[in-house]
Amino acid sequence: MGSGTNLGAVRGLGSAKDGSKHWLAQRVTAVGNLVLMLWLVASLFILPVGDHATMVKWLAQPLVAVPMALLLVSVCYHVALGMRVLIEDYVHDEGVKFFALAALSFYTIGAAAFGIFAIAKVAFAAGTAAAGMGTPNV
Amino acid sequence: MAVSILHRMTGNALAVAGLIGLVWWLVALSGGKEGYDAFIKLASGWVGKVVLVGLTWTFFQHLLSGLRHFVMDVGAGYELNTNKTWSYAVAAGAIFLTAAFWLGLMWKAL
Repeated sequence: MGSGTNLGAVRGLGSAKDGSKHWLAQRVTAVGNLVLMLWLVASLFILPVGDHATMVKWLAQPLVAVPMALLLVSVCYHVALGMRVLIEDYVHDEGVKFFALAALSFYTIGAAAFGIFAIAKVAFAAGTAAAGMGTPNV
Repeated sequence: MAVSILHRMTGNALAVAGLIGLVWWLVALSGGKEGYDAFIKLASGWVGKVVLVGLTWTFFQHLLSGLRHFVMDVGAGYELNTNKTWSYAVAAGAIFLTAAFWLGLMWKAL
């Protein structure tokens, strides 16, 4: 092991030791996905999905809007972890890998933000309609 | 082995097509009736249906092989015959659940 520089001290030591955190987070989000996605799939099976008014009313309920937002967080985190492994396994050029991982962060955080904003818009529009505070945009 | 690589393939297919579809649906729902009706029209057309049936199978396949990975995480199910049996059970289960979901929807629409 080198003794001169910091780089020399870490060379050849293998991983950066954060693999177990990644491994565990992948499984914690998997459990979150399991519960929330089964709920979503069952809901889509039962509900009249083509009926806009009914679907908006459904999504505006706190016990639907909040699990849906949590679902997006859990799914997007799981996607970020899973696709990271794909990129690390198949993209070997360090520069391309860096940009691919950056793009993955933009994609997953962006998807969660857009989805949660849409949920909030529906939920809060219903709230102002119920309180008579304005015309809901739905 | 096939089930293992399928876990990766279905996972990444869901990560792209599934997540984009989910966000698209939510954004369409929040955008008002006109846009949502257009989205539903597209989704219930034959291209949309092929994609949705594909995503349903992909979802159940990934879910069940994910459960199989949980069992293997605790160190169980590594015997060759057990492992093979559960691989087949996962593949069969995913096809069964996909068929049950869509046949159920068709039954409901009758």
